[in-house]
Amino acid sequence: MREFDYRRATDVAGAVALLGADPDTRFLGGGTNLVDLMKTGVERPTRLVDIRELPLDRIETADDGALRIGATVTNADLAAHPEVRRRYPALAQAVLAGASGQLRNMATVGGNLLQRTRCGYFTDVTQPCNKRIPGSGCPAVEGEHRNHAVLGASDHCVAVHPSDMAVPLTAFDAVVQYETADGPGELPLAEFYLPVGDTPHRETALPPGALITGVVLPPAPVAARSRYRKVRERASYAFAIGSLAAALDVRDGVVHEARLALGAVASRPWRALAAEGVLTGAPAVPDTYAAAADAELAAARPLPHNGYKVTLMRNLVVAVLTELAEEAAR
Amino acid sequence: MASSTSSVITLHINGEKFTLPVDHRTTLLDALRERLTLTGTKKGCDQGQCGACTVLLDGRRAVACLQLAVAAEGREVTTIEGLAEGDRLHPVQQAFLELDGYQCGYCTPGQICSAIGVLREHAEGRPSAVTDDIRPEAGPPPLTAEEIRERMSGNLCRCGAYVAIVEAVTRAAADGATESEEAVA
Repeated sequence: MREFDYRRATDVAGAVALLGADPDTRFLGGGTNLVDLMKTGVERPTRLVDIRELPLDRIETADDGALRIGATVTNADLAAHPEVRRRYPALAQAVLAGASGQLRNMATVGGNLLQRTRCGYFTDVTQPCNKRIPGSGCPAVEGEHRNHAVLGASDHCVAVHPSDMAVPLTAFDAVVQYETADGPGELPLAEFYLPVGDTPHRETALPPGALITGVVLPPAPVAARSRYRKVRERASYAFAIGSLAAALDVRDGVVHEARLALGAVASRPWRALAAEGVLTGAPAVPDTYAAAADAELAAARPLPHNGYKVTLMRNLVVAVLTELAEEAAR
Repeated sequence: MASSTSSVITLHINGEKFTLPVDHRTTLLDALRERLTLTGTKKGCDQGQCGACTVLLDGRRAVACLQLAVAAEGREVTTIEGLAEGDRLHPVQQAFLELDGYQCGYCTPGQICSAIGVLREHAEGRPSAVTDDIRPEAGPPPLTAEEIRERMSGNLCRCGAYVAIVEAVTRAAADGATESEEAVA
């Protein structure tokens, strides 16, 4: 590991000033991804600015009903929060489906959004990787890619975003708030992650030097009936091979409102707007759910070894929407 | 801005203070084992995947291999060495001993620290990924074997002593280990 300077920030402005414009400085939250990547040499910062003591560890309900989640709230505290469990159950379920109890106690909300892909070529510094070394190539396209992207990828990178938490946040129109030396700003999560294109090393639209200060969940009554379903290769403590956050509001047998986001199928959490368009106003029956899934997955471009994900996601959409509709009818 | 790659830090471990210079790259795990001779905390994978290095940080379980020592300054660290009161074992230790919740024993300190964290989280009403009803009104779910297996999934045991580990955690919960843990922490 490269040697590094360590600073502990006590206020947001101080943290932003400590980062400055230095591309080799990183903010340290829980460290569960960053420290691991520093050990393997993927990340080689010369300074860490520890932000764990910043006053960003609260979850508050705003006057308009929005939930503001501080950037240093741990995954464990987010999933345990009564308002999250009551109003956005798919978010609590997604967080609980990720990592282990130990890691959820350490990991922070801001860090979760900025965690890096677990693509084996990205994490192995002896391999080419366009995300790690722009222009070096993507061995996954013709190599190991059974867990890689089927939506929105390019020839330059087919890695998937590993976050569970970000999937329901995307479905519920979360907004990322940040601070820079020039003042605060915000980005809807839908615009937070950049399309892959030919610049897979550029992952987010955060301005240089920005510190994520929190995530705002707007009021979304539909989210009260929501669910996160994660498919993985063992029962617990594994990354998804496909996941779905879904919320459904059925009235008189007709879909009044639906929210869907797919996980582990693209370089970012994949909001399924085409599927939502098919669902809205249609009869709440499995044929509708299948048509909605097909509308979204028509854009899928699977690689030779990950075509199963298209079938998997279709089945997930139909199964989870069916369950939510049955739950509503009880 | 002057920069430095090492610092003199003070760690609070098991109720004692230790002051030592550390290279910033030092993890809490290496500080415990290599600098403070607290070798009860084990190094397994050293990348946050096996749970052998689990300790309690401010009463919450965490993996010491991904925790930088310098960033642990100011936090209360509890390791396996800090659980017993004299010759009286912590109830979770006692349950592991009585029910053979191990074979080779290498993962056991991490299993025990993790189990103490699990029991506390459960007593607080925190749900898990297998909890059917996560609404806060539902209260803590029954601590079934399924709940224990899910909550302990961050601790691997290559000997495969899982059956007895689940029994030990179940016994410790029934013995009220949560209350005595608070007396220790």
